[in-house]
Amino acid sequence: MATYSTNEFRSGMKVMLDGDPCNILENEFVKPGKGQAFNRVKMRNLMNGRVWERTFKSGESIEAADVIDSDMEYLYNDGEFWHFMKTDDSYEQVAAGAAAVAECQNWLKEQDIYQVTLWNDDPIAVTPPNFVELEVTETDPGLKGDTANGGTKPATLSTGATIKGVPLFINIGDVLKVDTRTGEYVSRVKT
Amino acid sequence: MSDWQPLASVTQLQQRALLLSSARAFFAERNVLEVQTPVLAKHTVTEPDIQSIEVPGFGYLQTSPEYHIKRLLAAGAPSCYQLGPAFRFGEQGRLHNPEFTMLEWYRLDFDQWLLMDEVAELVDQLLGAKPYQQLSYTDLVGPLGDRPRDELDLAFARACERLSAGRFFITDYPAEQAALARLNPDGLTAARFELVVDGVELANGYWELTDPAEHRRRFAKDNESRGQRTLPQVALDEAFLDAMKAGLPNCAGVALGFDRLVMLALGVKDLSQALAFRGQ
Repeated sequence: MATYSTNEFRSGMKVMLDGDPCNILENEFVKPGKGQAFNRVKMRNLMNGRVWERTFKSGESIEAADVIDSDMEYLYNDGEFWHFMKTDDSYEQVAAGAAAVAECQNWLKEQDIYQVTLWNDDPIAVTPPNFVELEVTETDPGLKGDTANGGTKPATLSTGATIKGVPLFINIGDVLKVDTRTGEYVSRVKT
Repeated sequence: MSDWQPLASVTQLQQRALLLSSARAFFAERNVLEVQTPVLAKHTVTEPDIQSIEVPGFGYLQTSPEYHIKRLLAAGAPSCYQLGPAFRFGEQGRLHNPEFTMLEWYRLDFDQWLLMDEVAELVDQLLGAKPYQQLSYTDLVGPLGDRPRDELDLAFARACERLSAGRFFITDYPAEQAALARLNPDGLTAARFELVVDGVELANGYWELTDPAEHRRRFAKDNESRGQRTLPQVALDEAFLDAMKAGLPNCAGVALGFDRLVMLALGVKDLSQALAFRGQ
């Protein structure tokens, strides 16, 4: 298995720590003038999303994690697993469990492309694009002509997710652009 | 397109130039002589935690002007300072760059306490006057016990950062970390100090060791410790040792990271903004 030394650490590098794959966020070189050098490393545990801070002696090595991010098309949900297919013409499919899909459930639309993080070929996380377009399935009736006034209401989308801050003129059947990072309404795409 | 733009803005470069001339004026007023010693020389330091950049066929880029300035002092030079580049292998980060600007000065007939006062005067002139607090090494990192050196270094680095705002002189380093400071009469602590400003280790000074035999012992110990850590041995600088034998006058000396001082003056968090460019 490959290892990385602290002086090779870069943000985005995937390493193993305490048995879990982690993504390096920050690597700070720390050294008292006449003392030993250390690297203070911030990393996100990819299994639970927690951010860890660890200090390594400079030059220490840790094991690389076989983690790759792969663009995949969402196919369907069979009640237990969410199925994705690689977009590299291999038609290779993976089945992601609820822990991996997590919040991304709110933004899954068939045939859209998502980033699936694979650890030893198993999906451990699914990341939506920053913006998705989803249809409104439920909301209070739209107020005709009210395109400017500040009032908003909640709306439920085809995925079952409810978003806030939707303008009053939006109707069931409209397609909305949503920011997946904040879960907020951005604009109406079509009516 | 390459990333050719400088790191510091023109205004920041102008502020840096003002700080450089202000520092030189500070020493001119006090009759401290500016000297320029070699940046590239045959020998280098033995300290196990400082790695030099080797230049094949020529020797090493100097990690500090210490040995050369002490040779000047042994030859009868008055109190003097050097403001110029120093180099350390593998040190790169928010507060480190392999090439950096060091302000190092030596004062005849000063001990560490007198020199600390002068360091404070200089820092007040360059960064504005503020109060200073004094802490001992053990105040900062807790009782030494039998904690290994690497654990102490880590505790020290963390404690410095926790000091956050303010100016602190750290004194009474453990004898094992004396470097080239003389020991205090207790034999357990060294006449060494550091200045930490707003969490940044800024300067390191000693009431200088003068005993030539003790120099040789400490260098040998450094090489022993290098051996244990599979670091290359460093050939002793016999010219420096001969100068110590001829006699280093009673003096205190301090080295200050000038780029870090510029960084603090500019109120920025990363050394990069105090530098025109990083060479790497």
